[in-house]
Amino acid sequence: MDAAAVAPSAAMKLAPSYPDVPLAEKERLFAEIKADERFGDYLYGCYECGICVAACPSARYYDFSPRRIAQAAAREDVELIFEQIQEDIWDCSQCFSCLRCPRGNNPGGIITIMREVAVNNGLDSAREALKGYTRIIYKIMSTGTQVSPDMLQADAFPDWGPSVAATSANLELWRRALPPDTHHTTRTGWEISTKTLVELYLIWHKTGALDLISELDEGLHSLLEEVMEDLLEEEGYEL
Amino acid sequence: MTIPVELVNGPARKNKKAFEFSEQHAPEDFHDRLFELEEAGELIVQRVPGPYIEVPVKYGRSKKVPIGQTWHHKSCGQCGHIPGYSTSIFWVNRKLGIEYHDPTDQTSCTAWNYYASATSNAAAQACVAMRNFAAAYESDHFPIIHCGTSFGHYKEVRHEILAHDKLRAEVREVLKSMNKPLVMPEEMVHYSEWFYAMRDRIAELQVRDFSKISCTVHPACHYYKLVEGDAIYDPEVYGGQRTAVVSGVATALGAEVRDYSTWFDCCGFGFRHILVQRDFSRSFATQRKIKRMKEEADPDVTLTHDTGCVTTLDKSQFAAKAQDPDFATIPVLSEAQFAALAMGAHPYKVCQLHWHAADYKPLLEKMGIDHEKAWAEFEEACAKLERGEQQYLTWDDVDAEPGVVVPR
Repeated sequence: MDAAAVAPSAAMKLAPSYPDVPLAEKERLFAEIKADERFGDYLYGCYECGICVAACPSARYYDFSPRRIAQAAAREDVELIFEQIQEDIWDCSQCFSCLRCPRGNNPGGIITIMREVAVNNGLDSAREALKGYTRIIYKIMSTGTQVSPDMLQADAFPDWGPSVAATSANLELWRRALPPDTHHTTRTGWEISTKTLVELYLIWHKTGALDLISELDEGLHSLLEEVMEDLLEEEGYEL
Repeated sequence: MTIPVELVNGPARKNKKAFEFSEQHAPEDFHDRLFELEEAGELIVQRVPGPYIEVPVKYGRSKKVPIGQTWHHKSCGQCGHIPGYSTSIFWVNRKLGIEYHDPTDQTSCTAWNYYASATSNAAAQACVAMRNFAAAYESDHFPIIHCGTSFGHYKEVRHEILAHDKLRAEVREVLKSMNKPLVMPEEMVHYSEWFYAMRDRIAELQVRDFSKISCTVHPACHYYKLVEGDAIYDPEVYGGQRTAVVSGVATALGAEVRDYSTWFDCCGFGFRHILVQRDFSRSFATQRKIKRMKEEADPDVTLTHDTGCVTTLDKSQFAAKAQDPDFATIPVLSEAQFAALAMGAHPYKVCQLHWHAADYKPLLEKMGIDHEKAWAEFEEACAKLERGEQQYLTWDDVDAEPGVVVPR
């Protein structure tokens, strides 16, 4: 590669795993990040003290730094921000240990916004990071609980040991052996009323959260739309 | 019982001293804006019902924790994968004779998915939170939140609702379409704060002696790192340097709380990592937390107060042990299960420990619990269900069981 042909930038990597886009597109993506109402609450400048990095679990295991996230956002370095939105943001644990920042920055919060922009725009990083995750999105959006007992399958959690297989084998019985009336479910974490589910579906529709999915996975979007519209129509709602 | 600040004042941390509140460094109290919006007719503030207990939170302020008339905002991870957690919370309420509501008109906060995948937006997240709060208000019960992430996320939502007029208007319109008012609770209350507030009453009903039990505590990040002003900090516990929940309950029950150097670290949950990138979660949980606890504190149990933390710390240990037979495991419980056991709860019918992975049997033995007998009792209860003698195990079945009385 001719080094002189590449614009000098902190974002330059030897072999980016994503296609480059024109500068104007990078600026547009950053404008979308900055336009989020929360952005102003999350960024106040950076001392470069590294306290956020010291507290960050992901920084210990990945080539990841919350300090670089805050700095790139503060400097409005759209090249670096584009690299981060394609490579770094999905490493974050979203634990918000970085809120130890003495300036009150919230790098984890900036990443939440960057992830939303990545999903909204159907970026490669979002598609890649959420591969294998779509069943979970389906579960939370269609049932209102994310983690259900029937997800405990030995082949999905081989690293959790034999307790998962035992639970799976006895699932229906063990759920009946739970004293709270709301806990006898296997498909959802607890029993949720139909009225509640209808209201949840209305939220997904009215806030654009359902439309978001179409950028990410058209098949999943169609499936969710069908499930939701069926129930809403049954309950007398017209969208 | 006091936990002195010296406990966390080890050789590497000579600068620790009791926390002194400074008005100058305190952020605004959210209540000012909350009541201002109520005064302007923009929203309803649901007051904490009496009787309540005032507990100390950061910046020298206090917070009201309702004793009863509570609306239990359940956790999908607790109910789905560690159901002895929520069962223990309810059981302790029942044992104390406290009225509560376990609603079906409740969705998950959906924040686990939001922090994992970002397949949502600020308006949707706020609507989900405010729909649940409206449901609690309509039932005349006050929300008490089981999950640390729900608690942290709802505090973020509260900030956004109070700070951003456009978002508030949008959420109000969505709720109006379902005939619901815009209601914000006067306080955001996590269940572990209720346990902290009630710890002396819980200890009064203790029937098992925990004076020989040692524990480490893992505090949940989203409980005290997200919007820190709402978390309990008690000058009597770690000199106010660390959040007092869990530790305060463990000491009230007579257990010894031991310190370790990675107390501040997260558990490794990671939201998306625990589901689709568990190599990270496993490594962090075992190397940074369990191994350190074992080497530095050698506890009988580690206690925490959140869905993701119990899951990650507990489930991750199997792979570490499989890879290294010398890896020493530690049982992981919520302090709700720990308190329930102290009050005589059945380890399987109530605490549902068979849903846990790390070996908890040595802990039960040290607590004086015959786990083989207890398991046989649980199996017999299940056999009754299989024989069709009853459809479900009920509260009547477990409420009636006497605890083992041990003089304290």
